[in-house]
Amino acid sequence: MTIDLSPINIFDGILGGILTGTIYALMATGLSLIFGVLDIIDVAQAGYVILAAYLSLVLEQAFHIDLFLGLLITMPLMFGLGLLVELVFIRPIKRDRTQLSILVTFGIGLLIEGLLGIKFGTTEQELKAWYVTDGFKVANFYIAYVYLFAFILAVVLLAALFFLLYRTKFGRSVRALMQNRTAAQLIGINVERVSAITFAIGVALTAAGGMAYGATTPFNNNSWYDIITRLFAIIILGGLGSVPGALIGAIIMLVTFDVTSAVGFTVWSPVVFFGALALLLLFRPQGIFGQVATRKQ
Amino acid sequence: MKQQPLSARTLKIAWPLLLLAAATVFPLVADPAMGNVAVLTLLYAAAAVSWNIFSGYTGYISLGHATFFGFGAYTMAIISVNQHLPGGFGLFLLVPVAGVVAALVAIPIGWILLRTRGHAFVIITLITVFIFQLLATNLRGLTEGSAGIFLPFTGFDPDWFLLPFYYIELGVLVLAVLVSWYIRNSKYGLGLLAIRDDEDRAEGLGVRTGGSKLIALIISAFFMGMVGAIHAYFLGAVYPQQVFDPALTIIIVLMAFLGGLGTLSGPILGAVVLEVAQQYFGLNSQIGYYQIVLGALFLIVMLLLPQGIVRSLARLWNAWRVRSGAGGSPVAPERQPAVVEKG
Repeated sequence: MTIDLSPINIFDGILGGILTGTIYALMATGLSLIFGVLDIIDVAQAGYVILAAYLSLVLEQAFHIDLFLGLLITMPLMFGLGLLVELVFIRPIKRDRTQLSILVTFGIGLLIEGLLGIKFGTTEQELKAWYVTDGFKVANFYIAYVYLFAFILAVVLLAALFFLLYRTKFGRSVRALMQNRTAAQLIGINVERVSAITFAIGVALTAAGGMAYGATTPFNNNSWYDIITRLFAIIILGGLGSVPGALIGAIIMLVTFDVTSAVGFTVWSPVVFFGALALLLLFRPQGIFGQVATRKQ
Repeated sequence: MKQQPLSARTLKIAWPLLLLAAATVFPLVADPAMGNVAVLTLLYAAAAVSWNIFSGYTGYISLGHATFFGFGAYTMAIISVNQHLPGGFGLFLLVPVAGVVAALVAIPIGWILLRTRGHAFVIITLITVFIFQLLATNLRGLTEGSAGIFLPFTGFDPDWFLLPFYYIELGVLVLAVLVSWYIRNSKYGLGLLAIRDDEDRAEGLGVRTGGSKLIALIISAFFMGMVGAIHAYFLGAVYPQQVFDPALTIIIVLMAFLGGLGTLSGPILGAVVLEVAQQYFGLNSQIGYYQIVLGALFLIVMLLLPQGIVRSLARLWNAWRVRSGAGGSPVAPERQPAVVEKG
């Protein structure tokens, strides 16, 4: 292990971190949005990431549909799945939502893992396309085009999400639900409908993130354990329920990872990040953008 | 408290003793093929009871108890290998040592993690497991990394190989249940339950919430460490992914939920039901099949029996008694106001 603290390595790390960070931001935004609106912790979110990656794989291998074009099919599919999951599994949880939701969604994640295991086995898969193998050079750092495309995709989707949240009537209902569920219901917002749609949007965003993840990382049906840890770390860092927090948290996390490995501490990069997260929690338990947890009424 | 009818009180004392007697003679009469299942069931039962001491009573759902399990397992493995200890009964003396190490580790971990509450706590505990898994993988000098450490061979006769493990686990389980029972009926335990119901109000009423939570975590970690150590010796090897395994805690959590969170007998019952089911389905281990069964089980338990078997049965039992005019006390066997109804 050689340690090289030269500026070029650090620059590589920062650039790589920002590019991969936006992919994680896509996945984490869905999680944070769902948490903020439905008050549930959706462990299955990482399962949807893997499911979406496999969907893209199938579309690409069986029908030769381009990965990014395929999103036009996978995102609506995952949106539908989100509606279904919310209706069948999330809505019936009436009491102790947060605690029970973790276990229920963990069950969903296991189901996804099991079904994918039966269909595809545990062999590691990779999404293939010309832009995954081709790339360009920045400084002495080789970047595959897919990172750039995924970055653009993430920016477009996140911009669309922000527009939806802050410029439309639906977005206003969503934000009202985030602030106070009961009050939102009292002023006539259809809480169940908004919750279902938000959940489905979160899952669909995750699907886009899943495709980008699959194009940049080898995956199998067990990968969701690793992903969910990272996503959780991101939303804790950014502040639970905060959409901008998920974005910032993802970028901070991946930049930390990539800079630590670019200067030579490859195996230690997660430890450095998680250590920093633990330190942050000592001084700011609610994360960067989070609000202090108060007693529920 | 209202005086209960004599029969109910005798029943309350008689039941656990009967169960204990049954558990003691079980290995002597049961089919040897059941031995493995019985050993693992007891192990999980002890783990679920110790998890319940912290999470069930305080309401802080920890998904990080695999950390303490792992520390217990590695303590057992590292000491026995580095000191070239021979296998045999002597190694069981390391079990309490492993518990103490896990308890000591719980102090700084709890100090940091217990600053968070609710959702953040749940998530951060899960992350902790991964951090220690990574550390165990990377600190090769101490843990041999992912190659794992092999413990000394037990040297037990295959005919009764399982018996020592079975009885030592039974001992740990009984001890954990006694501690759990003592806490549940102590003033300290009431403080923990108050934290579960409403932490801010509990603090306002003079419960030292911070200290209480930390002590509960330490006690819980002590037992978890012992369980980890026994498990390591039983399997004969320790690997980072196998002991610092997030799925491990999640299964324990499911057991506690299945039986009844915060009840005394619930975690044991949950462990028995789930472990036997797991072993049964595990036998037909085709890729994916196991996860599907486990996932479906999760969904069924959480959606249909969120209060657990113990409370659901207690409710049915009470309803039956009231209907049949037996005039029983309306108090549930666990003396527990139905369930936390918050949020």
